[in-house]
Amino acid sequence: MSEQTSPLRPPLVTGDKTLGDVTRDITAPMAGKPTGLWWAAFAISSTALLIGVAAVWYQIATGIGTWGLNRTVGWGFDITNFVFWVGIGHAGTLISAVLFLFRQKWRTAVNRSAEAMTLFAVMCAGLFPLIHMGRPWLCYWMMPYPNTRGSLWVNFKSPLLWDVFAISTYLLISAVFWYVGLIPDLATIRDRSEPGWKRRISAILSLGWDGSARTWHRYETVYLLLAGLATPLVFSVHTIVSMDFATAVIPGWHTTIFPPYFVAGAIFSGLAMVLTLMLIARKVMHLEDYVTPKHIERMSQLMLSMGCIVGLAYGTEFFMAAYSGNPYEQFVFKNRAFGPLSWAYWTMVSCNVLIPQLLWFKKVRTTLPLVFVIAILVNVGMWFERFVIIVTSLHRDFLPSSWAHYIPTSIEIATLIGSFGLFFTCFLLFCRVAPAIAIAEVKGAAHLPRRGGATAVSEEQAA
Amino acid sequence: MSNRLLLATFEHEDDLLAATTAVRKKGLHIVDAFTPYAVHGLDRAMGLRQSRLTWVCFICGITGALGMLWFEHWTASVSWPIDVGGKPWNSLPSDVPVAFEAAVLLGGFGSVFALFGVSRLYPGKRAHVIRPRITDDQFVLVIGETDAAFEVSVIERLLRDYNAVETEEQIDEGGRIR
Repeated sequence: MSEQTSPLRPPLVTGDKTLGDVTRDITAPMAGKPTGLWWAAFAISSTALLIGVAAVWYQIATGIGTWGLNRTVGWGFDITNFVFWVGIGHAGTLISAVLFLFRQKWRTAVNRSAEAMTLFAVMCAGLFPLIHMGRPWLCYWMMPYPNTRGSLWVNFKSPLLWDVFAISTYLLISAVFWYVGLIPDLATIRDRSEPGWKRRISAILSLGWDGSARTWHRYETVYLLLAGLATPLVFSVHTIVSMDFATAVIPGWHTTIFPPYFVAGAIFSGLAMVLTLMLIARKVMHLEDYVTPKHIERMSQLMLSMGCIVGLAYGTEFFMAAYSGNPYEQFVFKNRAFGPLSWAYWTMVSCNVLIPQLLWFKKVRTTLPLVFVIAILVNVGMWFERFVIIVTSLHRDFLPSSWAHYIPTSIEIATLIGSFGLFFTCFLLFCRVAPAIAIAEVKGAAHLPRRGGATAVSEEQAA
Repeated sequence: MSNRLLLATFEHEDDLLAATTAVRKKGLHIVDAFTPYAVHGLDRAMGLRQSRLTWVCFICGITGALGMLWFEHWTASVSWPIDVGGKPWNSLPSDVPVAFEAAVLLGGFGSVFALFGVSRLYPGKRAHVIRPRITDDQFVLVIGETDAAFEVSVIERLLRDYNAVETEEQIDEGGRIR
């Protein structure tokens, strides 16, 4: 049989591992007691989550008047956070689906945790529109169901409703994709654990998986189908999110560049979050042989290319404003760069466009602490991007008499902190209960060399 | 009906692939293979047909898209027509995004549930693990007796050439492999 990966390529798994080693290394962090570092991280993130729960409880009980919004700035922190978290999710699907279709084998090291990240990020994102409704207990009104009010149906012509369908489909398909990928690994855990609750749960969730080649054959087909479905889905989700803005006639929002601009931004911010998480996880969980500097370098290259697309979009927006001859459009962009919120705009430009340019240098891409800092800064910059798009387009609208300023209240800030708490708490729990790297996929992609000096017999010899 | 089966255990995917190809070339019946991960090229070596699950996905997707398009049309222009910004009641472009999402949702769920159905995967099923290391680092090829020419010693010798670490003969009762 011929080698499926060229020997010229750097190995996907370093450290001369056998198949058994792969299983052991990846399941090891789940077996023992959590480390002190894990407890410290869990304490911080669950505290943040509790702060968020208290803030959400208070604002739902009291009303949205607890926010800093006014008649001019009707969308602020809440929608910023929503767009930010949806965007974070997109890199997970990029890595698990798009790179799968492009046969990028290195994705196997990061796809499991990137998919988990997607799931948790979309959960965080979904919370914000729910809170924004003011009466979240009536959220089922967004679904078209026969009701006693007519039936009065939902408005299928509104991008906000498209969003309801896009986000919920995205959450469900991501969850299914993630679970289907987990089934063989859950079977591995089932067969390796002592009799007890862990074995029983993994036995139920692995659905009686026995590793039959016939099942694997169908499984691969379905995995390819899911990847093929998730790829246009991920592009549609942020396209629809951008249409929430682009279909409004607000200068600064009403542009045709928004869908590709938002999708590129989403993948950019998501890659930054994947890098942030994986750089920590590989150290804490001792997975340095699986998430190698080569993986980090490839993700950095992807992040750089996305950052350049985002930079181009920033420039295009300004050009179109100047070229349109529309004074309101021109004013919005001048105000963005030099108005009272220019500090947010320049934070965004430096974090998203200028600093990532350092990634052109191989030295920077392979210096992991530096990559970590850049990834954090991109996260910050991408949060500010959404803030800039939403708030600077609104706060000085057509009539100077209705100009206003927007300052978030402590409740809004606490809600943002809470969403980070939810995200990291979920991620830390995930690292404990599920293999953080797709065991079966790494084994399949790595094509590990044989041990013990046995040599392969070619077909001709045997015949 | 009782059948004789031969189970051969391998420790590397290349051995399994080469053995499967050789066994099939000899005209022997391959019952199944058990592997810890999807071994690429094994489906071809075993002569498995292309899966028809793609059709399930296609039909579910089309059903989702057309069903949702009809539903959007029916709610917006038949059941309770409402003027939204002067747009026509039956405005097809604005129906596309939700119809697309419905296609993806149904296509995805349809193919996953079809996979569970045809491969008989369900919660609570007792896994029939043929070798304890099959979900870790071993590969098993199961060859079935089809005629009197099923000469175990000859096949065993063939399999040893492909680094089979263990071969075992079993009587298959009721179609189950132990």
